[in-house]
Amino acid sequence: MSEAVMQVFRGNREGGSPVEFRVPITPGMVVLDALHHIQGHQAPDLAVRWNCKAGKCGSCSAEVNGRPRLTCKTRMDALPTDQPITVNPMKTFPVIKDLVTDVSWNYEVNKKIPAFKPKAGTDWKMYQEDIDRVQEFRKCIECFLCQDVCHVLRDHDKKEFAGPRFMVRTAALEMHPLDSADRIPLVKKELGIGYCNITKCCTEVCPEEIHITDNAIIPLKERVVDEFYDPIAKLVRKITGAK
Amino acid sequence: MSDRFETHEHDVLIIGAGGAGLRAAIEALAHGAKVGVVCKSLLGKAHTVMAEGGIAAAMANVDSADGWIPHFRDTMRGGKMLNNWRMAQLHAQESIDRVKELEQWGALFDRTSDGNILQRAFGGHTFKRLCHVGDRTGLEMIRTLQDRGVEMGVDVYMECTITKLLKDGDRIAGAFGYWREQGRFVQFKAKSVIICTGGIGKSWKITSNSWECTGDGMALAYDAGAELLDMEFVQFHPTGMVWPPGVQGILVTEAVRGEGGLLTNKLGERFMQKYDPKKMELSTRDVVARSIYTEVKEGRGSEHGGAFLDISHKPAEYVKQKLPSMYHQFKELADVDITKQPMEVGPTCHYMMGGIRVEAETAQTTVPGLFAAGEAAAGLHGANRLGGNSLSDLVVFGRRAGLAAAEHAKKVSAPNIDASEIERAEREMLAPFDQSAGESPYAVHRDLQDMMQSLVGIFRVEDDLKTALAELDKLKERATKVRVEGSRMFNPGWHLARDLQCMLTVSEAVTRSALARKESRGAHSRIDYPGLDEQWGKQNNITKREGETMMLKQVARPPLPDDLKKILDE
Repeated sequence: MSEAVMQVFRGNREGGSPVEFRVPITPGMVVLDALHHIQGHQAPDLAVRWNCKAGKCGSCSAEVNGRPRLTCKTRMDALPTDQPITVNPMKTFPVIKDLVTDVSWNYEVNKKIPAFKPKAGTDWKMYQEDIDRVQEFRKCIECFLCQDVCHVLRDHDKKEFAGPRFMVRTAALEMHPLDSADRIPLVKKELGIGYCNITKCCTEVCPEEIHITDNAIIPLKERVVDEFYDPIAKLVRKITGAK
Repeated sequence: MSDRFETHEHDVLIIGAGGAGLRAAIEALAHGAKVGVVCKSLLGKAHTVMAEGGIAAAMANVDSADGWIPHFRDTMRGGKMLNNWRMAQLHAQESIDRVKELEQWGALFDRTSDGNILQRAFGGHTFKRLCHVGDRTGLEMIRTLQDRGVEMGVDVYMECTITKLLKDGDRIAGAFGYWREQGRFVQFKAKSVIICTGGIGKSWKITSNSWECTGDGMALAYDAGAELLDMEFVQFHPTGMVWPPGVQGILVTEAVRGEGGLLTNKLGERFMQKYDPKKMELSTRDVVARSIYTEVKEGRGSEHGGAFLDISHKPAEYVKQKLPSMYHQFKELADVDITKQPMEVGPTCHYMMGGIRVEAETAQTTVPGLFAAGEAAAGLHGANRLGGNSLSDLVVFGRRAGLAAAEHAKKVSAPNIDASEIERAEREMLAPFDQSAGESPYAVHRDLQDMMQSLVGIFRVEDDLKTALAELDKLKERATKVRVEGSRMFNPGWHLARDLQCMLTVSEAVTRSALARKESRGAHSRIDYPGLDEQWGKQNNITKREGETMMLKQVARPPLPDDLKKILDE
């Protein structure tokens, strides 16, 4: 049985460093399996978040060989074996311990977004073609990998920008065929959409393959432009009642 | 009341933030209660998120002949008549409104061509009944409930584990636990407590359940003197992944069969013909799980010890649209393209039909002020749960529990917390740090899982169950001596040392109940008692704590009223 060398970050808010572990490789093994093996046999206090181990809950996010990934969906046999596999916590968020980071900021941002507000007197008829786009957004498992990779949050620490995840959530609400609230001023101001310069890094790391930039952020940017910088379009919308 | 710890006060404290816990919170908030929700993980990560196939509700959007009566009948028949009939009735009647409500809170279910909620076929359901969002229905549900709860201003205590329920005399007074992050202790004072902690799958080696499913709520309630009901009924889902080893047990949704997937053995035979020629692949889960198990055991299994499940006869685009997460799961984890190749599947420990005994209308347990809903509670599903009836269970009885708990809180005075109970809870939690020579909790957990898998699995027999009880005694002894390394700060080894206690309690309850029930019914299959027994069909197993001893007794199943009896006779 072959062995992998893992370099796993160990530390806390004060600091830390990579620690090396050797783990036997089994067929189909994923990085999370390796972390569990370390917990079970070498370091029982290694802090790792995980839940479903099936790519459905978005808990086990980390940076494997420098790339933001779900560790439960990262196959060991897809990584080069001639060098150690590095596993680090998400850089954008403060470390609590080892691979566990403080993601509470995301939950605070989320509270700023007004919930779904149905149109008055609707008969709740909706057609599949009208909800396909929104269902794409609702696939989001809140792994926060898009937040982690976003350079506005990661490198510039501009927490005035809500980040890709909350652009996706807002887009889902704005494009819900029966929603009646207007979140475009919020998108412009409190959520800071102007900070995004559409480098599409978020789209690249999304494990749910949501087209974050093309389908959520750019259309929201267009709505901001329409609402704030195009008075004629705004007038037309007011008259026709379109959102 | 001890002031050494951080203290929070609520009218209603809810333990668990899955579908049942969040629905309970929403209802209690709507009735003016001050509500707190405690959960072991981050909000939105509870096991509900993994539910795939759909939520059962007789909306009759696709099959117009459906209604609560056929849904009630299917649920009772699927549960081999051991269900609490009143729960089954309320569930069938109320699930329709609960689904509509989810839509009104922003959930987007797949649609019919005329703009209504689409419904799909599922095992044991006479009509197309499961409202769904591809194969990620649970995610849609939890996100909808989470958003609703946040909008209403619910207080959520994330990554916090409850280790003890506190009592004031006979009644509930609150709960004690620790913050996973820093390891600090915390106490909650509450007039009502609702347990929504889900299942117990982590006691078995092959399971679809997450690390959270360690039977906490059932063990907490049992310790607090509540009764557990029908603990022998553990559902093994017929289709978990079997290869590669790392993914063993991960769920393959029943929606694959609902959408037309076929089960075959290595000879290419559609073996369900032998076991249930009428319903075939859409037979109930207990039957399909036993059939696959039998095929493998008799040498007709696949290369890695499973059966083949094939959906590749459907158009590739259709498969990707209706089963997107299955497509990705197999492609990424098993190098299998399900639009072209069959999947290899086998039984995986999935769901607990048994659990905390509750009153049907109010979800109240036998302890005043203590309520339970969702998988942690028992009664609705009887001896076997139908697919899709779990998500509906969560919202129907989550709502009822939230309502009853809020009403209860209005009627009672503030409870007192007994400082000596807190001190004992604290001592118990810190004990593993004082062990210098004990073994790792992970080692004890592995042995528990291996033992339950081999001795208290799909097929059971008296000798195995007796051996299991003896093994449990040894494991309990070992668990009292486990050693924890490191500090209290986010220490999974320490967390497991505590969860292990809960798993041992529920494992013992399952084993004792399984040993007592000398018949085969639904998910409980005894090799030594292969048939249904008339007397056992009339009674439920109750597990209760007497001092330090686990006591088992049988109570008569409540008699069916004539109108419902007539429905079932049709």
